[in-house]
Amino acid sequence: MCGIAGLIHRGKSSNVGEELQSMLQALKHRGPDSTGYALYANNDGQNFILRFKVGENVGEGSSSVNEDESVYNERKKTVDKKLSELGAIVVKDEKLTPYSYRYEMKFDKDLMDFSKAIESIESVEILSIGKSLELIKDLGDATAVSERYGLNKVQGTHGIGHARMATESGVDIKSAHPFWGYPFADVSVVHNGQLTNYWNNRRVLENKGMRFMSECDSELIAVFLAERMRNGATLEEGMKESLSGLDGVFTYFVATKDSLGMAKDTMAAKPLVLYESDDLVAMGSEEIAIRSILPQEIDTYDPFDGEVKVWQT
Amino acid sequence: MANLKTSDKKTKAQSMGMHTEVLTGKTQQKFFNPDEAENFFYWGTYDVDFNKRTELDVKEMECKEANEKIDNLMSEGYGTIVIKNPQGKHSLGVGILNKLNLIFEGSLGYFGVGSIDGPMVRVNGRVGWSCAENMMAGKVVIEKNAGSCFGAAIRGGDLICKGSVGARTGIDQKGGTIIIGGDAGAFTGFMMQRGRIVILGDVGINLGDSMYDGTIYVGGKIGSFGSDAVESPMTKDDMDWLKRKLKVAEIGDNFDVSKMTKVVAGKKLWNYDALEPTEKKGAI
Repeated sequence: MCGIAGLIHRGKSSNVGEELQSMLQALKHRGPDSTGYALYANNDGQNFILRFKVGENVGEGSSSVNEDESVYNERKKTVDKKLSELGAIVVKDEKLTPYSYRYEMKFDKDLMDFSKAIESIESVEILSIGKSLELIKDLGDATAVSERYGLNKVQGTHGIGHARMATESGVDIKSAHPFWGYPFADVSVVHNGQLTNYWNNRRVLENKGMRFMSECDSELIAVFLAERMRNGATLEEGMKESLSGLDGVFTYFVATKDSLGMAKDTMAAKPLVLYESDDLVAMGSEEIAIRSILPQEIDTYDPFDGEVKVWQT
Repeated sequence: MANLKTSDKKTKAQSMGMHTEVLTGKTQQKFFNPDEAENFFYWGTYDVDFNKRTELDVKEMECKEANEKIDNLMSEGYGTIVIKNPQGKHSLGVGILNKLNLIFEGSLGYFGVGSIDGPMVRVNGRVGWSCAENMMAGKVVIEKNAGSCFGAAIRGGDLICKGSVGARTGIDQKGGTIIIGGDAGAFTGFMMQRGRIVILGDVGINLGDSMYDGTIYVGGKIGSFGSDAVESPMTKDDMDWLKRKLKVAEIGDNFDVSKMTKVVAGKKLWNYDALEPTEKKGAI
């Protein structure tokens, strides 16, 4: 089933970490397996934020194979060595869990080549690269993940998140949402639904040099949009193309460093409730997600079939 | 089960104005026996007094607790219940089988007031997916917008949304009337079998797709017709009914019903119309 939520403050910042946590926790019944956040934080914009994992969370109902922490540490050393070879200067590094890291780094070369080199290391996956994007995903509900990564104090302009019920692939971090829009900095996607032409699209996109890290059908949306944008399409153009390019039922959100968008399939088979005002847009799979941050009486509506909307900060 | 052609109960029922037709198809239905009427026990129903009014704040309640509280209040005879702070919770006000004035001061989530049979409901807010699903009788008025599957499989009563609704409104509708003041999404009237849908605004693609029967009236633009749905001429009876129904629904003041488009099923299905006569009345 899965639940998705997103919000964007226009013209100001807010505690988006705490707000998104409340929205996703309200949707826990739609997906208790894992929770993910893509927060667009008030970073200084000078350095890239690199979030990556060197292994999986093997607790909390995980379907992953258990590995010793020493294996994770060795992979981390290999990443450090590779970063140095690639010319990246790490100015700050944080170990968040035994398997996940957050680095701030200076880097001015091609991100696709960079990503390929880093992800050539066994079991290493880049969760996100961006100057404001902080992409965090792990097993557990919204509160558990937020507490594990200290997200309730993150100030920013917007964010999207996902509460996942694993149906198409395993209970693991690599299949959890959001997905980074590889190889574009600051692009992320969350999805509720099922895509039925996953393999057709994946084969075509891989032949064009795009990369898939999981077998989760939702990852296709991020890769699909990234490929269109790589060929010159705007985000909104890519999203409109996705309505015919992707087959199945879906509602998805996509975010960039200064925008938030939603798209709904042509059968309107997946739910979405939307609240829109001059300074805030909030949306989620169910109204209770919006009510968790806006308890007062408000006007909300369901976008129609085949609708695409994009808002700027 | 009884064969209508041979049932002894038929004569007495017909004298009461019921079962005036005899089916000739394969359908066999259980006949209503007026001799047993006073022995009927309607489980889960209460005698309530509309003048006895109370409020219930459900802010801190799960839906099950809130519904049990409503049930308890009805058992105490309260006939007007105002629900405070519903805050988008799911499945509130479901399964009410008696007369009642039920007022929600706020919005409902999924399956709000589903499977009801008789109450008058007003929601001063929005409703999520599948509002009033399987409604048998009564009247439900939504002051704002509604989600998808509005009035799914309703069998009777009036379901009114003053705002716009999502996709698949009236899916599998089996009777009753759905009235929409704003726009409606795709697949409105999908697999509709009886009853009427009235949309004053625009409607999306695949209107009335795979509909068996029933009638859809549209005041605005139609995205496209679904399979089996066709336009039909508006009659004076249609217009009289629409005027009366909109007036009762307190919606669409001075709306010119003569410009509406009437949509019906274009195919007749094999052995479909073998209905009990009372069901035919209900469909009208």
